[in-house]
Amino acid sequence: MEREVVSLYKLPIGKSGRVKMLTANGNIRRRLMDLGLVENTVVEALRKSPSGDPTAYQFRGTVIALRSEEASNIFVHVC
Amino acid sequence: MGLTAQSTWLGALKNEIAFEKFGTDSIIVALVGNPNTGKSTVFNSLTGLKQHTGNWPGKTVTCAEGFYEHKGEEISLVDLPGTYSLLPNSVEEEVARDFICFAKPQCCVVVTDATCLERNLNLVLQVLEITDRAVVCVNLIDEAKRKKIHIDLKKLSHILGVPVVGTNAREQEGLDRLKDEINNISLGKIKASPLKVKYDETIERAIKVIEESLYPLLKGELDSRWAALRLIEEDKRIIDMVNNADNLLSKELLKAALKEAKGILETRYACIDEIRDAIATAIVLKAEEISRATVRFENTHYNELDRKIDDILTSKLFGIPIMLALLGFVFWLTISGANYLSEILAESFFYVEDFLTDLFLYFGVPEWIYGAVVLGVYRTVAWVVSVMLPPMAIFFPLFTLLEDLGYLPRVAFNLDNFFKKAHTHGKQALTMCMGFGCNAAGVVSCRIIDSPRERLIATITNNFVPCNGRFPTLIALSTIFIAGSFGAFQTVIATIAVMVAIVFAVLITLMVSKILSQTILKGLPSTFTLELPPYRKPQFGRILVRSLLDRTIFVLARAALVAAPAGLIIWLMTNTYIDNISILGWCAKFFEPFGRIMGLDGYILLAFFLGLPANEIVIPIIIMSYTASNSLMELETLASLRQLLLANGWTWVTAVCTMIFSLNHFPCGTTLLTIYKETQSIKWTVASFLIPTVTGILLCIVFRLLVSLLGI
Repeated sequence: MEREVVSLYKLPIGKSGRVKMLTANGNIRRRLMDLGLVENTVVEALRKSPSGDPTAYQFRGTVIALRSEEASNIFVHVC
Repeated sequence: MGLTAQSTWLGALKNEIAFEKFGTDSIIVALVGNPNTGKSTVFNSLTGLKQHTGNWPGKTVTCAEGFYEHKGEEISLVDLPGTYSLLPNSVEEEVARDFICFAKPQCCVVVTDATCLERNLNLVLQVLEITDRAVVCVNLIDEAKRKKIHIDLKKLSHILGVPVVGTNAREQEGLDRLKDEINNISLGKIKASPLKVKYDETIERAIKVIEESLYPLLKGELDSRWAALRLIEEDKRIIDMVNNADNLLSKELLKAALKEAKGILETRYACIDEIRDAIATAIVLKAEEISRATVRFENTHYNELDRKIDDILTSKLFGIPIMLALLGFVFWLTISGANYLSEILAESFFYVEDFLTDLFLYFGVPEWIYGAVVLGVYRTVAWVVSVMLPPMAIFFPLFTLLEDLGYLPRVAFNLDNFFKKAHTHGKQALTMCMGFGCNAAGVVSCRIIDSPRERLIATITNNFVPCNGRFPTLIALSTIFIAGSFGAFQTVIATIAVMVAIVFAVLITLMVSKILSQTILKGLPSTFTLELPPYRKPQFGRILVRSLLDRTIFVLARAALVAAPAGLIIWLMTNTYIDNISILGWCAKFFEPFGRIMGLDGYILLAFFLGLPANEIVIPIIIMSYTASNSLMELETLASLRQLLLANGWTWVTAVCTMIFSLNHFPCGTTLLTIYKETQSIKWTVASFLIPTVTGILLCIVFRLLVSLLGI
């Protein structure tokens, strides 16, 4: 079954997604991949910052906060 | 001894890393690891060298160095910057990679965090691609145990093909074994055969083609497989390096090989980004595979507690109030605690001064020497120490405690949106917090921001947050002129007034940052990734010793060092007369019209300039000028200070203007020097001087005009 694809930024808090692709380029892309955000990585949206942005995500055993700019360039299948 | 590349073709190497060897034939060992893995703790535990370790990502950016001896071998240990990867995206990664590639350490220790081994393995695999001489240190093994995470170290070592040692560096556990393995690898007693990540068939074929003609060119200076991979990725630095090679014949062969490889790669990949992705993905997946084979989570909700704490500390409702309350509490404790300690210190210093006076009298020392030494130098240093030491001795341990707990990255998380709107980095919140202790320390801490533009903005604007040296001024003035009539609630009101000043300082910082990022430092915010590490149990004893030794004494020694000559100069200025007016008086006369425009007077403005060496001597200089007592003095009580200031024409407007200018003026000498060291640029140092000064002058003028317009 084909699952819904959304940007990580739109992934509701508490939900998990499986990385489909990154649309970021250059350095940002490298940095995100270095952190382990490659295809099929399961990412859970943990919480938004009290000031609205960034959002904390958990993947590969670590919690990393990403700003909306970065998160909108990551697309995931909603689990 | 500086370490430089031995052969000409390594000339592409830009980052020369200077370091000293322990003895001429000591072994060089490099320490690498992700930020926040306790790498610095391992470093300290191995070398015994006191160096601060923090719980925020990317703390150690410079290469610290230490020495130790183990079983007759002398080891020089170089602590490389914490990095997530060796694919150079930032200066830190470049430095780390260059050191491993070109400085050729005899052994490379990769420190990993047992509680999130998978992500750390990424770096391990990259290191193993460059060098065979590696030892993997799985640190924080106790934390992992507590979280019921089991790691099969033997199996891990078997898979990786290098020694793996589990350690708990904070308790010195496992370090002897680590040292043994470092010796074994360095001396070649163990021949490691490290795991090399296998890429897909297309890339492997391309590697093979390039490697063949690259191998003779490298003359064993670099791992040829690794270099081939970098050429496939079109890594500019490695390409430059090869272009500088002197072996022309091999170069032609290599060119042909590169062309062939390109042809192979084009059968599968449309662009270079796809190749890079494939390489990065292969490493990440390998790390995942190894982690699956060696790590077992007995309790899948091992980080439940961290999440619960975060639910509160970073919640929409409580996140920011708790943060303000916590910082407020830290300031309140600092302010009220420092009062008592300052008094005790001042008393003992005056006791010593009396003793010194007797001593000078006894030996019949000429009066001017007595004046210069005791009333000038000694009093100034005594003042600086008694005013500065107590708040620092309270503030720094408290701050280090928050740091150790892992709370500070949460502050950055809570506040990042404001910084994003100012086009800067959320970690600037942390460098600002550090600035509250000491701006020079704050400027140094800007290294944790990994993009140059945002780092520069944070450096230039750090001085907008008041340091410990300026707090006494703010506290004294707000107590006298704002809280004066509130009787029993004085401390509370003074604390609130100081908090208002802090909020004001933060707003100014954000505004100036925004202006900077839209004018001279134009640019879009670069990637923002902020790790929120697990909370850790702080070690109280160590915190106390570390923050006292590393920060307090360090900052204090520097301050005392500048205060001593400053004291002498000020004493001379007040005691040298031209036409019956002291030099200080003449200078104040010169500054008078400028001071008046800003709602101050000549003496106040002059005091700020004379206070360049250390901000804490500003108020004493003002007092000294008014009383013409010719030497620094502290008035016994705030009430008498109030009398003195009122008698010299101060109103609440003067007080507020002085506070505004105290918040917004040039950084102290130490901070300026630090800014120069960090930026290596006179231009940015001058900018750091001018920007806050101009801001302060404008704010004072506007405030004074507003008051007179409104007729308050």
